[in-house]
Amino acid sequence: MADNLAALTIHELHGLLKSRTVSAREVTDAVLDRIAAVEGSVHAYITVLADTAREQAAHADRQLAQGDAHYLTGIPLAIKDILCTSGIRTTCGSKMLEHFIPPYDATVIASLKKHAAVFVGKANMDEFAMGSSNETSFFGLVRNPWDLERVPGGSSGGSAAAVAADECIAALGTDTGGSIRQPAALCGVVGMKPTYGRVSRYGLIAFASSLDQVGPITKDVEDAAVLLTCISGYDPKDSTSINAPVPDYRNALVPEVRGMKIGIPREYFIEGLDPEVEAAVRTALDVLQEQGAEIREISLPHTRYAVAVYYLIAPAEASSNLARYDGVKYGFRCADPANLHEMYEQTRSEGFGTEVKRRIMLGTYALSAGYYDAYYKKASQVRTLIRQDFDKAFAACDVIATPTAPTPAFRLGEKLNDPLSMYLSDIFTIPANLAGLPGISVPCGFSTEGLPIGLQFIGNVLQEEKVLRCAYCYEQSTLWHTRKPALT
Amino acid sequence: MAGLGNLDPAMEVRILLPEPLFLVKSMKITERDVIQVARLARLRLRPEEIEPMTGQLNAILDYFETLQQVDTTDIPPATHAVAMTNAVRDDICAPSLMPEAALRNAPETEQSFFKVPKIIET
Repeated sequence: MADNLAALTIHELHGLLKSRTVSAREVTDAVLDRIAAVEGSVHAYITVLADTAREQAAHADRQLAQGDAHYLTGIPLAIKDILCTSGIRTTCGSKMLEHFIPPYDATVIASLKKHAAVFVGKANMDEFAMGSSNETSFFGLVRNPWDLERVPGGSSGGSAAAVAADECIAALGTDTGGSIRQPAALCGVVGMKPTYGRVSRYGLIAFASSLDQVGPITKDVEDAAVLLTCISGYDPKDSTSINAPVPDYRNALVPEVRGMKIGIPREYFIEGLDPEVEAAVRTALDVLQEQGAEIREISLPHTRYAVAVYYLIAPAEASSNLARYDGVKYGFRCADPANLHEMYEQTRSEGFGTEVKRRIMLGTYALSAGYYDAYYKKASQVRTLIRQDFDKAFAACDVIATPTAPTPAFRLGEKLNDPLSMYLSDIFTIPANLAGLPGISVPCGFSTEGLPIGLQFIGNVLQEEKVLRCAYCYEQSTLWHTRKPALT
Repeated sequence: MAGLGNLDPAMEVRILLPEPLFLVKSMKITERDVIQVARLARLRLRPEEIEPMTGQLNAILDYFETLQQVDTTDIPPATHAVAMTNAVRDDICAPSLMPEAALRNAPETEQSFFKVPKIIET
């Protein structure tokens, strides 16, 4: 048992911890041993927190000894390095924040600490979450545990790779245009983006504030429900958080979809969709139909504009959010600036990587005098139409099913110098962000090269339970999520 | 462009871009535009960064032109992912960051202040 503790799920470990069959210290040590064994190949972490994790595990063991065990007590988690952790370096994958030590915890971190979860490390990510391959991290790329020559996806590539490689039990990621779901699909794990506002963004380093959401990356759907229940809820420190009751999402895990109407958007089965991905998704839909779901074709006619809308709105918001990195209050400052203006320019030019600069440039251009109406305003109007597409679709179905990404994991370096091609890898995940909707990716098969394929379910606002139920029913009808990469 | 480095920073926001090129499909963003946008964004591109950045931004901007196919007459712009009325909380005193905590990550400080290079020449 002690050999493979790191391979278990939250709900499996919870039983063992609660019955005192294993200690939190043993589980944490097993995960830290696994990190020591495979991290050289995967590089899922920017910072491994061995010492503080052992302290947290000791604290969890005291809680467990008192019979005071929450589902997450003593569970080793990876935290995407975009979430502020008090007293623990938080880099956002950037040279700009290489030495930044937050003076407070993000609200989601405080929620996990309240239940005595253990943080084994801060997970690698694309710089400021800008990327779909985890190749833009200042701290080096992450490799896909299923094929070390391929990308893990991004921007939560470290979180997804850590879960797939058993370098943690579960992880938190963030999703602005697919940054939880796309890497989860490419790494063969479960990733969920909640409804915009379901989870507090306080202490989440801002990329595009109208799109960013925190969510779980886990080994199965039940674990996603457990983590989501813990981190959801209203937060007065986030004025966009939704003040609605939080259900126990585990109650949604009914392996039964009889009578549920699942919509299939015809615009998602397009040229450029990998034939093996299409075949795997269509087979998955057959499984759901056999389980009694009613599969019906729907239309989301503005889908083809979603990537253009996203790559105008997100960089526009980013160009504003990232103005705070000016070398004054925190983060990097260039050496010996002659004056204030040189300090701004030199600090930002040395502190940001190429992709971040490209997006700041795009956003600045889209918001600048004479271009605002043609770009930003136009994109915001089309965003309304995309949202209206979903409103019409959900009048005819409960949940929408799509591929998560158009291809399995691509090769390292393949798209790095072709940003447009990289941007198009988010084509199926972006619409849910633009419309604020919950979405989940679950494993639904493998390519002939042995690479994982993801199936996405999208629900209407605050309909996480329907999304989880479909994902759970599908998962329990197949065994894809139990496969592990052959890492040594 | 080198001479512009001596301008008062406050003046530079008034540097306007050329007339929108957007409607003239054949024209593209030039290297000069890229340098100007970089200045607005307080970025300084290395000479070897300018040409690839210009090419990549042109490709992306070309792609954005697909949006012009969409009729958005009378369509309100989306301002929120999930519609919400103004969110306000009660005006109650509560602890916030202590000055030393707020200053801890600053590159340079003096007493309880952030320190920056001299702004006003005397």
